[in-house]
Amino acid sequence: MEQFTGRVWVLGNDIDTDIIIPTEYLALKTIEDMKQYGFSPLRPELAGQIRPGDVIVAGKNFGCGSSREQAPEVVKALGIRCVIAKSFARIFFRNAINNGLLLIEQPDLYDHVKEGDTITVTVNEHVEHQGKTYPIASLPDNLVEIIEAGGLVKAMRHRNGLEA
Amino acid sequence: MGQTVIEKIIAHNVGRTSVKPGEIVTAKVDRVMLDDIMMPFIVGKFQEMGFDKVWDPDKVVMIYDHLVPASQQDDVRHYKVGDAFAKEQGLKHVHRSDGICHQLMTEAGYVKPGDVVFGTDSHTTTYGCVGAFSTGIGYTEMAAILGTGELWVKVPETIRVEIEGELPAGVMSKDVILRLIGDLGADGATYRALEFAGSTVEHMTVASRMTMTNMAIEAGAKCAVFATDEKTAEYCGIRLSDFQKSLGGDADAVYEKVLRYRAEDFVPVMACPSQVDRIRNVSELEGTPIDQVFIGSCTNGRLEDLAAAAEVLKGKKVSPFIRLIVTPASRLVYEQADRQGILRTLVEAGAIVTHPGCGLCCGRAGGILSDYERVVATNNRNFLGRMGTSKVEIYLASPRTAAACAVAGKITMA
Amino acid sequence: MGMTIAEKIIARAAGVSEVKAGNIYTVNLDRMMSNDGTTHLTVDMYYNKLKNPRIADAKKMVFIVDHNMPSDSPKTAASQKKMRDFAREHGIDFWEGEGVCHQVMMEHYVCPGELIFGADSHTCTYGALGAFGTGVGCTDLLYGMVTGTSWVLAPETVRFNLVGKLPEGVYPRDLMLTIIGEIGANGVNYQVMEFAGPGAKTLSVNDRMVLCNLSVEAGAKTAIFEADEIALEYLKERGREPKAVFSSDPDAVYAREYTFDLSAIRPVVAKPDFVDAVVPAAEVCGVRIDEAFLGSCNNGRIDDLRVGAAIVKGRRVSEHVRFLVVPASREVYLQALDEGLLQIFMESGAIVMNPNCSVCWGSCQGVIGENEVLISTGTRNFKGRAGHPSSKVYLGSAATVAASAIRGEICTADML
Repeated sequence: MEQFTGRVWVLGNDIDTDIIIPTEYLALKTIEDMKQYGFSPLRPELAGQIRPGDVIVAGKNFGCGSSREQAPEVVKALGIRCVIAKSFARIFFRNAINNGLLLIEQPDLYDHVKEGDTITVTVNEHVEHQGKTYPIASLPDNLVEIIEAGGLVKAMRHRNGLEA
Repeated sequence: MGQTVIEKIIAHNVGRTSVKPGEIVTAKVDRVMLDDIMMPFIVGKFQEMGFDKVWDPDKVVMIYDHLVPASQQDDVRHYKVGDAFAKEQGLKHVHRSDGICHQLMTEAGYVKPGDVVFGTDSHTTTYGCVGAFSTGIGYTEMAAILGTGELWVKVPETIRVEIEGELPAGVMSKDVILRLIGDLGADGATYRALEFAGSTVEHMTVASRMTMTNMAIEAGAKCAVFATDEKTAEYCGIRLSDFQKSLGGDADAVYEKVLRYRAEDFVPVMACPSQVDRIRNVSELEGTPIDQVFIGSCTNGRLEDLAAAAEVLKGKKVSPFIRLIVTPASRLVYEQADRQGILRTLVEAGAIVTHPGCGLCCGRAGGILSDYERVVATNNRNFLGRMGTSKVEIYLASPRTAAACAVAGKITMA
Repeated sequence: MGMTIAEKIIARAAGVSEVKAGNIYTVNLDRMMSNDGTTHLTVDMYYNKLKNPRIADAKKMVFIVDHNMPSDSPKTAASQKKMRDFAREHGIDFWEGEGVCHQVMMEHYVCPGELIFGADSHTCTYGALGAFGTGVGCTDLLYGMVTGTSWVLAPETVRFNLVGKLPEGVYPRDLMLTIIGEIGANGVNYQVMEFAGPGAKTLSVNDRMVLCNLSVEAGAKTAIFEADEIALEYLKERGREPKAVFSSDPDAVYAREYTFDLSAIRPVVAKPDFVDAVVPAAEVCGVRIDEAFLGSCNNGRIDDLRVGAAIVKGRRVSEHVRFLVVPASREVYLQALDEGLLQIFMESGAIVMNPNCSVCWGSCQGVIGENEVLISTGTRNFKGRAGHPSSKVYLGSAATVAASAIRGEICTADML
């Protein structure tokens, strides 16, 4: 089973899409142009501090608000390996899956983890933090299919005969 | 066994007699809405996926609203991408400066009871005001729909909200939905459908209902819906089919839960910074100084909203050093407000009336605020940094309350 | 020796009996106007560069927010807040959302005979009421604000004798562009344009504003009309009294004199990127446009909206054109509302904005993008003035702009 270890950034409850990427920057040409403004209303310095492979751990309702798909794309472009939250908002969840950003629902980890801690994720099984393991659920089949195809764009390319 | 409204719509869409919550089905899409901010991304993904033809141009509506009028030079790039796509695909339903997408989708008759509709904006939940199943999606899924005409959906559980009785004078549907969001919490309806019922909502205009379905997303809901009735038919300018007439929740339908309210218990409320579910009674906030008031958005920029504000503002003046910005939801609303003398009343009182569009609600223009300023606004979100810097405080309220605050220069009851 | 109107106003403000062009005078300012383009800079200097600053006479000061109205970024919001807080603290008249500063000044403040400084180049507009208005930088404005005085190098006056009457379908905008085309963008550098003659009597105060407003585009320090019965009537309607009504003496000294026959003027357009690149409108007909702008302190008044509405009535704005209609003030907006003009514009598909400077200033809502073309009743067509550096701006009358919006390319009203 796929396993990885990452450094943790802790964010709170109801991290909305306007925090993840404010509307002011939504019309920039590319996600690369936008990513420096990720999380800027809440923590302007954060985008510059995140390193590839880092993990975000948050409270409930992560990604609430707008349908802007720039939000999960920015999180992914910043190098975040996965987001572990107590719960996710619906549109953000779909958008993340469609872009191959791993989201994990875990109700307890948030209450025990501190920023800068290291955690190890075993996908579809559990998260390990300071010797303690936190179980995680596996994704429904239809979402696994999209992820296995490499995201929705690839799935559609496959459908249209552009990719094997 | 009985069904909820959303179950009926989805079952009908997939050609079955019933569906159950949790089932994943592939819906045939009746209409899609594309907005200007997302156009370059939608078109980019559409091409990347290898599509070259939209499945049905007649089902596609493209609306420029977030970036109208352009406030940054690069905004016009979105128009150019949209225009080129519309031309290439033969899109006929294009609105370049007619108002906010959600207002136009219902007002211009693009959505009918029983339809399944997706839009690249989270407030697409709005169309449940006319008995449709509608919800917001990202641009990748939109690109896939444009190519295939289909999208998978998980049939949601439904939470039924029953409100009985007559709302007290001065309480608007905005106060009702804010209170509900406060009770449910910002994630209280995540993945669920909200179904509004009871004599109170039966008496509401479609415009008032729109305010409630619009804000359902703020409780995390996938969609929200009202039973289809004669008001719906009149608003849509149609005669209801038997299927459409059946779009009410059955008595024996299975709901995840039923919330019951007495209309008489509602009072004017506000959502306090910076969470939509941080609800307080206006009376508790009385006297809080403010800097600006914004009346508009797909939540509360309709004729009845402007009329409610005008009633409060008639013969009065906006308090010195306070800006009152009014952004009608659509061109039609603007024209009607003009003909009915509402615009005159507002402008005489000192309001700044802008061209219809998303305006301040989407935070790109239309009255951006500065550090430590406080705004009372009728839109749907008060997130950190939504209308300027993260030090701006946003209070969400009804148009009536907002207008009263503009006159007083502080938070007050109408 | 005789004096011109401008010299007499300076003499009055300087408290001297005679003023000669070329001499420097210390003057008492009657009024100072500052807008959100620069007021935040003035306020910063007030607090940071001066010791124990105080305002000489707050009643002479007017602050107007019009350039980015409503605010469109955290930066403009911060500038406006600084301005608002300062005005509130010091008891300065403060307007926001009321309209373009010069229009607001004309409606509420300007009186014949006054010497007015404005921190905006188009302050020369006030000559339409026989006042001496001129644009200054924020340092000059700050000095005026704390002392109530300033210095003025008395300019020479150039006299423009207007004869005849503008033909039907030809507007003051066409006249002024023609004049600028003829004398050049620096044709009256540091001089006063004095408009006189029987042709002047055919022009309303609104018409005169168009001429005076654009005088800075010919390099003028200001422009001026005699405050005649037409001007005094405008003033009376607004409940104001003239400070002093001056006429130029028969033996006043003029640097030059020009005569323009109004009846010979035809629709013209100033081509990118210079206000004096003036050609007959017919020469540029057919140029495809992306945006059309009817508004500004030059052409956003009721007369202009009437002209525009008459042209678009019953027609649709071209699909690829954004037609911005921006009344110059709240008063104009309400008048247009009452006359049904806004309804006509909205029905045609136009974008009707709240009174503000809009795309004339190019750094707010309405900006144009890369390689776009704008036809405008605004004041300037400099490179990049309305948005992207690669964009182009043509200037024309309200009629030409409205007709072009319908056609989707530059054309004159008679071609529709």
